[in-house]
Amino acid sequence: MTAAIEVRAVEKRFGNVGIIRDLNLSVARGERHAIIGPNGAGKSTTFNLISGHIAPTSGEVKLNGDLISGLRPFEINRRGLSRSFQVTNVFARMTVWENVRCAVLWATGHRYAFWKNVDSLPEVRERTAQILDDIHLTHRRDVPAGLLTYAEQRELEIGITIASGATVVMLDEPTAGMSNAETERAVALIRRLTEGKTLVIVEHDMSVVFGLADRISVLVYGHIIASGTPEEIRRDPKVKEAYLGEEAH
Amino acid sequence: MSTAMTSTSKVPAEAAGGSLRFYGVWLIGIIVLIVLPMIFSSGGLLTSFSLIGIAIVFALSYNILLGQTGLLSFGHAVHYGLGGFAACHMMNAVVSHGWPIPLPFIPLFGGIGGLVFAMIIGWVMTKRAGTVFAMISLGIGELVASSSLILRSVFGGESGITTDRTALPKLLGWSFGPQLQVYYLIAFWLVLSAIAMYALTRTPLGRISNAVRDNPERVQFIGYDPHVVRYIAYCFAGFFAGVAGGLTAINFEIANSALLGAIQSGLVLFSTFIGGTAFFFGPILGAILVTYLQLGLTNLTTAWQLYFGIIFIGIVMYAPGGIAGLLMMHRPLIRAGTLWTVIPSYFVAIVPTIALACGVILAIETVARFSGGDAINLFGIAFNPTSPVTWIAAAVLVVGGAFVARLTWRRIAEAWDRAATVARDRGYLA
Repeated sequence: MTAAIEVRAVEKRFGNVGIIRDLNLSVARGERHAIIGPNGAGKSTTFNLISGHIAPTSGEVKLNGDLISGLRPFEINRRGLSRSFQVTNVFARMTVWENVRCAVLWATGHRYAFWKNVDSLPEVRERTAQILDDIHLTHRRDVPAGLLTYAEQRELEIGITIASGATVVMLDEPTAGMSNAETERAVALIRRLTEGKTLVIVEHDMSVVFGLADRISVLVYGHIIASGTPEEIRRDPKVKEAYLGEEAH
Repeated sequence: MSTAMTSTSKVPAEAAGGSLRFYGVWLIGIIVLIVLPMIFSSGGLLTSFSLIGIAIVFALSYNILLGQTGLLSFGHAVHYGLGGFAACHMMNAVVSHGWPIPLPFIPLFGGIGGLVFAMIIGWVMTKRAGTVFAMISLGIGELVASSSLILRSVFGGESGITTDRTALPKLLGWSFGPQLQVYYLIAFWLVLSAIAMYALTRTPLGRISNAVRDNPERVQFIGYDPHVVRYIAYCFAGFFAGVAGGLTAINFEIANSALLGAIQSGLVLFSTFIGGTAFFFGPILGAILVTYLQLGLTNLTTAWQLYFGIIFIGIVMYAPGGIAGLLMMHRPLIRAGTLWTVIPSYFVAIVPTIALACGVILAIETVARFSGGDAINLFGIAFNPTSPVTWIAAAVLVVGGAFVARLTWRRIAEAWDRAATVARDRGYLA
């Protein structure tokens, strides 16, 4: 079976500075894969490389066996990969409803249509309502996204990410800045909404990582030093030395 | 699942409830356009209404860029002017070839003129938004405006291209000689264009344009190429600007380089912004006000552009939502029933604010007319611009008015805060 995401010997340099060096990562279909690593290890850069936000200097990225490195973000998104952002990245002046609906439009085949009334597309309406219900924001549907609370914006961020029905979902620190109760709620939400999908998640909260992930990769200085099940990672001496040593005992 | 079902079924119900009021507003607008010349039938007013109608189409087309897609163009008049030239050439061609195309179809060719040029230059222009787009639009504007003087066979040089609208085939016996018939032609195209542009905001493209305005980066991660979205929006804006240009060509029976210059581009930006870009009807209000002021002020004072500048700066600084934004601010207060607590503070503020405005007007006119020596006539009182009495009056009004007005404005702000807090507590978003 081809992997959902296959990263092979990817390198990213900004000028002379190598941020990512010889990055290899394989995520199987249906797997929940967490990427952990200290600050500045290149976790977000890895996300940006896979999702097409930036192009790798060398190496290749494959999505379900197709080469996607060098494609632009919307082309990659149309092939079924969707990502969220570490810093909330929504459409601030539009309502919650419209935020989610915009993310539904391409996947339902309406593209750049200027001859259809957006309010009278039943499948768009139903899917948007379903997503809003899933992320528990139905009661806030007419509120501009910019006026939501932080936790609500994070939930909306997840809603926009999954709205297209992508089979590969990448979440960049979805619980960053949340309280314990909010984190618990968000994890339950992520677990439910990514059922049957491939999930790649960057996360700092180790309880979230070890509770959610099937496999974990540890990124240090732009290089993956270990990849395995949570149990293997917990035992790995290199990981202990480089990362877990000071944070989890 | 049950909540999903109820929320799904609630959506069409709400849409149906709002639609009655929605169609009512459009119907009233159309009736007003039909009845207007029956009430105000003087030639001068008919001309003004015609110009306002054209300005509304133009401003609405500009708001497809600024308000809907977040593109600040300094060269939108290029499409307006080229639409005007296209319409003039088409009218002359219809007459010389004897084609059976009556005048009411001509604005369509103006639109096509604006559209074709938008399709050609738009792809490069819309590659980037923001400052890059603004700079390129300025450059293209200047380029086309100066080309219009050089390429004489197409643009007719300084004198422009003239035409005769009455020489076209008649439609239902209308020759379109009288201004009244031209007014109705403009009103017809105004309604058609406004409905089309409103409908555009309600399409998938329209909503994605809003998303591109808010966050072009994120749009790429929901499957859309922001460049394509901006390009299509730009083409629509170019088309409707061309329609407005075509209407101008019909109205004046001439197209010249002034139509596509920086002044026109500035005026449409001005109208749209003053009216308010966040609401569809904002540019309509702005176009009415700016055209009305433009026509009225030029007769009253040579310094009319100065007043425009002051109004513009005032709106940008204190009411960035424009007139529409100011009006719509009151909606939650009306719904919550707390508007009455704010109204008295408005009345208190009126007197010192008018005094301040009079002082500013007196000061400007004193400077403008100092060497000419014409008297300044303000509310029936004649002021001599060379007399120290006038200077003192201006100074007292400006300083005193500003001092008292600031106090009253502060009271408005306090009253507003209280009313808005109550409205929020009652569940109406402010």
